[in-house]
Amino acid sequence: MNCNCGGTAESTKDAALATMLAEYREKPGALIPVLQGAQAIYGYLPETVLAQIAAALHLPLSHVFGVVTFYTQFHLQPRGRHIIRVCLGTACHVRGGAAIFTALQQHLDVNDGETTEDQRFTLESVACIGACGLAPVITINDDTFGRLTPEQLPEILARYA
Amino acid sequence: MEQVTLTIDGQAVTVAAGTTVLAAARSLGIHVPTLCHDPDLTSEGSCRLCVVHVAGARTLMPACVTAVMPGMVVQTAAPEVVEARRTIIELLLANHPNDCLTCERAGTCALQEAAYAYGVRFPEAGSPLAGEKHQWPPDESNPMLLRDMNKCILCGKCVRACAEWQQRHVLDFGFRGFATKIVADMDQDLIGSSCVYCGACLTVCPTGALLDRRSIGRGRPWEREHVRTTCGYCGTGCQFDLAVAPGQQGKRQVVEVVPTAEAPVNGRSLCVKGRFGTGFIHHRDRLRQPLIKKDGQWVAASWSEAIALIADRWQAIKADYGSDAFGVLASARATNEDNYVIHRLARSVFGTNNIDHCARLCHASSVTGLVASLGSGAMTNPIADLAVTDFFLVIGSNTTESHPVLALAMQKALKRGAQAAVIDPRRIELAGQAQWHLQLRPGTDLALLNAMAQVIIAEGKVNADFVAKRTENYEAVAEAVKDCTPEWAEAITGVPAAIIREVALAYATAPAGAIYYTMGVTQKTTGTHNVMAIANLALLTGQIGRPGTGVNPLRGQNNVQGACDMGALPNVYPGYQPVTDEAVRRKMAQAWHVPPESLSLQTGLTLGEMLDAVDAGTIKTLLIMGENPVVSDPDSDHVVQTLQKADFVVAIDLFMNETTELAHVVLPACSFAEKTGTFTNTERRVQMVRQAIEPIGEARPDWQIITELAAAMGQPFGYTDVAQIMKEIAEVTPSYGGISHERLAVTPQGLCWPCPAPDHPGTPRLHEQAFTRGLGRFHGVSYLPPAEQPDDDYPLILSTGRRLFHYHTGTMTRRDPGLAALYSEEHLEMHPDDAQALGIGDGDWVQVTSRRGSMELALRITDAIVPGTVFTSFHFAEALVNRLTNPARDTLAQIPELKVCAVAVQKIAAPEGYQRPVHKRVLV
Repeated sequence: MNCNCGGTAESTKDAALATMLAEYREKPGALIPVLQGAQAIYGYLPETVLAQIAAALHLPLSHVFGVVTFYTQFHLQPRGRHIIRVCLGTACHVRGGAAIFTALQQHLDVNDGETTEDQRFTLESVACIGACGLAPVITINDDTFGRLTPEQLPEILARYA
Repeated sequence: MEQVTLTIDGQAVTVAAGTTVLAAARSLGIHVPTLCHDPDLTSEGSCRLCVVHVAGARTLMPACVTAVMPGMVVQTAAPEVVEARRTIIELLLANHPNDCLTCERAGTCALQEAAYAYGVRFPEAGSPLAGEKHQWPPDESNPMLLRDMNKCILCGKCVRACAEWQQRHVLDFGFRGFATKIVADMDQDLIGSSCVYCGACLTVCPTGALLDRRSIGRGRPWEREHVRTTCGYCGTGCQFDLAVAPGQQGKRQVVEVVPTAEAPVNGRSLCVKGRFGTGFIHHRDRLRQPLIKKDGQWVAASWSEAIALIADRWQAIKADYGSDAFGVLASARATNEDNYVIHRLARSVFGTNNIDHCARLCHASSVTGLVASLGSGAMTNPIADLAVTDFFLVIGSNTTESHPVLALAMQKALKRGAQAAVIDPRRIELAGQAQWHLQLRPGTDLALLNAMAQVIIAEGKVNADFVAKRTENYEAVAEAVKDCTPEWAEAITGVPAAIIREVALAYATAPAGAIYYTMGVTQKTTGTHNVMAIANLALLTGQIGRPGTGVNPLRGQNNVQGACDMGALPNVYPGYQPVTDEAVRRKMAQAWHVPPESLSLQTGLTLGEMLDAVDAGTIKTLLIMGENPVVSDPDSDHVVQTLQKADFVVAIDLFMNETTELAHVVLPACSFAEKTGTFTNTERRVQMVRQAIEPIGEARPDWQIITELAAAMGQPFGYTDVAQIMKEIAEVTPSYGGISHERLAVTPQGLCWPCPAPDHPGTPRLHEQAFTRGLGRFHGVSYLPPAEQPDDDYPLILSTGRRLFHYHTGTMTRRDPGLAALYSEEHLEMHPDDAQALGIGDGDWVQVTSRRGSMELALRITDAIVPGTVFTSFHFAEALVNRLTNPARDTLAQIPELKVCAVAVQKIAAPEGYQRPVHKRVLV
């Protein structure tokens, strides 16, 4: 694989992928579960993995890529250890969600959908989290933070290593 | 079929159930606009431009995917329909560059046409529609296609054409919402993708999103004229239109190749060579004047000077040494008319039968073997029969690279559920798609074929009724193969016995089973026997003479079938009439107004024998038309030495090449774009080639050059136009008796010979009632190993073949800048095991040496090739593989064993400054 962060770990992942592909090889309609499984193994979907999946499932590479880029759940780039989702839905918009988002962008030095260089955070905007009563709101992993002001952000982020 | 009556715009129409509303409307002459619909593709109904009002329907219905229903009442131009269409066009224009003034597609753009028809303009500034537009950089990464996704309207036709016509699936929709765009593989530039540049996407694109880069700025559509013609590359016989426009000094130039749905063989599919490989036509290297070698230097001459000189020399040679001091190499690239005329020159002016052409190097063994077995040496069934075959064998044919458009029919058959077995030492593309790949050792085909016959007999799968009624000499094959068990063959071929058994039975028991083969079978010292063994299989099983069956040698060049048909062979006049037959001689003499005695009754020399005769000094002069034997024939160094020995060599060609350099006079010929005539494709289909542009420089069509030479030799042929030649061909050639340019002009599907009379429809399928020779004849043929076996000094087997992007000796394709860029140099394929043993790495340079010569090129390591074998093509004169190949010949057909010779490979330093091409497109 194209990563030098520890050969053993990589080969374990490759073995897990191979096992999964063997299991799904002859099953029609397996692409999405296979992509989910591969993303669970690697944390994202490297291009070489997409090529392997296409070959194993006898699907065109362009088709696999089309599916991956259609769904927001799939990622072509490595993801951060912590996923920040900033709500920009109507209620959060009214109550200053954009300012929160801008503050996070500046603080982390990333754009929407990007991951910090140290792989610590991935920043994403979302349309609604369903917690309008707490607007403006963000989630980090499974934790929710509501009624935010930009000043609170550094302290919150510091909790996530 | 069930009929449905409905009403469209107040008119009642009755159509077959399942017809779309769109088709029903069009059958009434009602225009319904479309963007994503194409009659040759499945419909997705995604653009919604074709919506119509259907009484009682909840919403407007897309006509292209709505099936007719009884009593349906349709309105195609109701106010709400027009409003909906206007909105769709407005939304498309809202995200479309406003550059129609300079867009190459102006005039043929479907979006522009729709906007014009519905009076829709680009949104005004400040309009709610004047929003964000894409600003993607155009993809100019490759030499053929310009992809500007900002002009894409996401109709998806390119995606479907790539998948449905070409089975390539390079393109698909990527991303989502506003960001949606058509991506190649993983959204890379085309040059880094798996694209093979067939141009299908370009053919169906409704806007300027996809363009032929080379035609940009070379004339508006209304300035262009389209000339229907036949491709000059492989033997598939694709037709297309050459788009020509006025160029510099007002001379017309070929600016683009435009596919046409009316092409009988290929429809709108083409390969990269046919679609884009026209760069050679106007190339600066084209010969523009006759050249005479004076003191070792080429000097331009007038036609009259050159012709007078040639006639003088020839007359002297004829007087001094007689007729058989002449040798003629005709050309499988030239038209039937060209070949007929050069054959007449050889026989009636020179008085010799020493005429041959490169068919000797490809399918001589097919002609000899199939004539002996079946009575006719040509492909028995039409390409279209692949649509009804249940099982097909592909032997020694890398069809997707050598006959790319014909291969599409094979791939479609596989997709439909037909089964296939590929017999090839390399895991070629088709091998990956077929059910079986029999990866045999090169040169062991006959053992495999005999084992298949043994299985069919031993397992009781012989079609006894067919054998009894339609064949003879069954005992010979039964005796010859009785010990050829699959286990015996496994030891020789390396193919597991169980697989041999399985494939033999699959072929024998298929309702319709066919065999397709090419050079892997024929270019062997046992080539003729290999072909007979193939015929044996068809005769044993009765898999011949019916749709979807047959013995199908795929002919290599555009007109190799025709050149053979025209008697560019040492033993036969046109239509395979023996030169030794007195009655035929009298007929020909009468047609040519010459005394019968002036025509030789003695079979002439084959290509290889002619070179031997030059070497021996018995042939003094050669006339070479459109061939490059230095690069194409085995043992190139010997060919060069031989040509240097000839007293006088005349070459007719488009370009100076390795062979013409050795001539004494070179005459400039017209390319296929500059002349009219006919080509006969691999399925015996005679099709028109039409002049699209004026000759380049002073070039002339071959037939005209030869006619003038004949006249200068004192025998005017009297042809003033090319149609007269076909008239004469029809008069003297029974199988072409009903073919004329006049008839072809009104027969767009062409005519398959035998076509003996003007009212005969032609014969797409041979041997239906009886074999051409009466009964099919079995031949007992025994396996013999190749002439040269690997040994300690030369431990590897070298096999040769072709690449998608090039054609034969590369004189044309390597002069097309696009093809040359996509595949810029040759390499040697080697299995990783062999590379490891020799300590050579991928990309290293190697010297490959046989007993005859050596060459140097880069190595490519691939597990697609059987260990112990190396492979390369013969397209590149710098990596001249035919310096190494073995001239050992099949004794029956005189075809050399180009597919197998023993070589040694050693690592060498790369040439100084060598850089490996980054984007070379390699298929295997």
